[in-house]
Amino acid sequence: MDTTLDKSIVNIDEMVLNMGPQHPSTHGVLRLKIHTDGEVVSKIEPVIGYLHRCFEKHCENLSYEQIVPFADRCDYLASMHMDHAYSIAVEKLLDIELPERVEYIRVIVAELQRIASHLVAIGTFGLDVGAITPFTWTIRDRERVLDLFEALCGARLLYNYIWPGGVSHDLSPKFIQRTQEFLDYFETQIFEYNELLTGNKIFIERTADVGVMPADVGMNFGVTGPSLRGSGVDYDLRKTEPYSIYNKFDFNVPVGEGKMGTVGDCWDRYWVRMVEMEESIKIIRQAMASLPDGDVHAAMPKKIRPTKGNVYSRYESARGDVGIYIQSNGKNIPLRLKMRSPAFCNLSVLGEIGEGWMISDVITILGSLDIVLGEIDR
Amino acid sequence: MGSKQIFEVISSIKGVDLNLESEFISVSSVSLLEVAEKFKNDTTLDFDFLMCITALDDGNSKIFTVVYNFHSNKNNHSIEVRVSITDGEDVPSLAGIWKTADWHEREAYDMMGINFSGHPELKRILLPEDWEGFPLRKNYEVADYYHGVPIPKDKSYWE
Amino acid sequence: MTSIVKSIIGSFQGFPIDPFLLAVLAILVPGIIIFLIMAVNALIAVYFERKVSAFMQDRLGPMEVGIFGFKGGKRFWGGIGQTFADAIKLLSKEDIIPNDADKFLMMMAPFIIFTGAFLTFIGLPISDSLVISNFNIGIFYIIAMSSVGVIGIILAGWSSNNKWSLYGAMRAAAQMISYEIPIALSLILVVLVSGHLDIHGIVQWQADNRWFILHSPFAALGFIIYFVSVVAETNRTPFDIPEAESELVAGWMTEYSGFRWALFFLSEYANMLIVAFVASIVFLGGWLSPFQLIDLPFIDILPESWLILDGTVFGIFWMFVKAIILIFCMMWFRWTFPRLRVDQLMYVCWKIFIPFALANVILISIWELIF
Repeated sequence: MDTTLDKSIVNIDEMVLNMGPQHPSTHGVLRLKIHTDGEVVSKIEPVIGYLHRCFEKHCENLSYEQIVPFADRCDYLASMHMDHAYSIAVEKLLDIELPERVEYIRVIVAELQRIASHLVAIGTFGLDVGAITPFTWTIRDRERVLDLFEALCGARLLYNYIWPGGVSHDLSPKFIQRTQEFLDYFETQIFEYNELLTGNKIFIERTADVGVMPADVGMNFGVTGPSLRGSGVDYDLRKTEPYSIYNKFDFNVPVGEGKMGTVGDCWDRYWVRMVEMEESIKIIRQAMASLPDGDVHAAMPKKIRPTKGNVYSRYESARGDVGIYIQSNGKNIPLRLKMRSPAFCNLSVLGEIGEGWMISDVITILGSLDIVLGEIDR
Repeated sequence: MGSKQIFEVISSIKGVDLNLESEFISVSSVSLLEVAEKFKNDTTLDFDFLMCITALDDGNSKIFTVVYNFHSNKNNHSIEVRVSITDGEDVPSLAGIWKTADWHEREAYDMMGINFSGHPELKRILLPEDWEGFPLRKNYEVADYYHGVPIPKDKSYWE
Repeated sequence: MTSIVKSIIGSFQGFPIDPFLLAVLAILVPGIIIFLIMAVNALIAVYFERKVSAFMQDRLGPMEVGIFGFKGGKRFWGGIGQTFADAIKLLSKEDIIPNDADKFLMMMAPFIIFTGAFLTFIGLPISDSLVISNFNIGIFYIIAMSSVGVIGIILAGWSSNNKWSLYGAMRAAAQMISYEIPIALSLILVVLVSGHLDIHGIVQWQADNRWFILHSPFAALGFIIYFVSVVAETNRTPFDIPEAESELVAGWMTEYSGFRWALFFLSEYANMLIVAFVASIVFLGGWLSPFQLIDLPFIDILPESWLILDGTVFGIFWMFVKAIILIFCMMWFRWTFPRLRVDQLMYVCWKIFIPFALANVILISIWELIF
């Protein structure tokens, strides 16, 4: 539907609307300055920095082992991914070989975390669009994943589990069995979500053809992850540059095809996340089937003192491409640590794809981009 | 393509140099824009992603390094480019070529104080607009007060 | 069918009472009755809504607050005193009015909305002979009085001095005014067919023939259009754009707290009850029992009123049962569907409902001519 106004005929004063740091729908403390003509948005300017906690400055005073809990708190909804990304970067600097069991455990945990993070994304997206019930259902299922994690390392949200060189605790004897039960239960739940939300006519009308992000615009803005895959770009670091042992598993990467509208609309981004959860279930099942034995602490260095040099390592987290740049000068404290967070670049595209839509659509588009202010502001 | 082949495509431009063991290309700030345009438009290179811009302070706040990480989705290769500047020198902005650079350069300016010439709107992004100083510099000293609230320097409060 | 007002005046006929005092009494007593109905309805409906929404979302809802020592069991009647506690809290809350808000309009707005709902109850009968005032233009009066509430919403949004409230109010005005047209067109169907505007005549026609929804497929379509339009009229999801929680905090109600907010809430649930009553009167037979429709073989043997459960008292029962089922459907919609965007809302009204409703009017007249 064409919602642009013919400015030569109608003269309307522009109103600057402030979706302030406190708002039920901005996913965190985000401020959006919206210039509107009536209901149609002409310019969006995101203002960030309300959650800036000086992560990078702290890292310059902490040893490599001490940084792991801080990395957790950057993206608090997918903190296993943050730990994993950081540990892989440090292991590149240290150049150590990890035991097989550690790699398998890390993959299982990372994929469970991906399921949990996507559940929150889908639930809150439904909430933004107005459907309140799917939110309670996804949070209920996420509780089960958090129960698994609590049995594993004692924490529900900020784990401090994946350390450079290994993991902090080995799996308990019942973990595998409980995860199997959860996966069997969860597959039936995905069916229910598809019934309630994905095929719902009103939901499709709200999200299909809304906020279309062409692939080249997305790549120019640095968008990665499910938001970019929704636009048809087949870019997943687990397949293009496999880290850890992802090359051993057989899974597909869902790419948006414009099933319900144009390629790259909000429905596609939501759909990619739904299918990714199913793919994660596949990976976890394969990993648990061939889990080897071993000592998880075998390769953990007593003291992390990498050689002098820089490393930039990339990792596929739930939101996209996490980049960790470490500059080390031979001491046990990094000289500089920079985290390139995926949501930072995902949010910058909002100004581009949000123009010309109505205010309700701005919220839908923001929800489909799935940002977490913790990793944007660090 | 490895870093050697990538370097061969741009070796004609002045001020570029390849460091083979650490796999990065060092570029002088005057020729950065030319190199970037070559990266974007050349079909064998075709870098469509600017992944990350990092600002390093490794000369005790007298010399800075700006690190660019590029990635090509089509050809599946990456390269790192480093630009070394002194305090006060300008770096040309890449915001016209990759829009990713817009926010990353604002953050580099905010945290390290590196000025990017040609940037559409270079202002602070993570810190409040009226903050003084550039926090990630090694010689950064916290101010005593911010809007009348004292900032305690005595760390025994919390240690 | 006598009305309560007439019966009050009639019962005091013999006594030497000042006519002015009589008039005051005839106004006060129905007023108190209506206010009690609205208050009790709000209390029960809010509890019902919270429990229904909780069970649909796989949780329990209010469980803690009991009333007079009765706490309720695990699944039902859990937190039955919750709404009483909420009402007491709201009444004792501080009355906050923003600095730059228009004070007089802000105080007036809740009362205007309340008045709209209040006035509608005057013409709404609950059973065979229980009505406050027997209008001979029954349906017409009800449609007219339901429109008074829009003014209150616009005033509320405008006077709050808050851009978000203004957005909510403007959306609400557009939505409520637009959806009154399909409502009126659907209610006209029964007037066309039965030939009565007053409610007693409509229900009598349904008693003589059959329930209006079974009259013809066009009447059933009219019921669907009517029901969806009243969901839009009362600002319930999927049409709750004016109070879209995730976009505008609380839309036009944002700046209200305490007693005034309680009045808004009261009026919203009163509106739901009114439209459910009107739907059941016009389409579902009002206070007639559903057993009347079924042709049981042994009904002729037993005394009629024993088996079909008819009459004044049972009439109240049937009205409420039908209204509660419809209200349950409205709550069901709220927790299942996402929200429609403003332009899609308007599109549905003007390009889908109104053409169908107009076509309905023409086709049902043709049906009447043929059958």
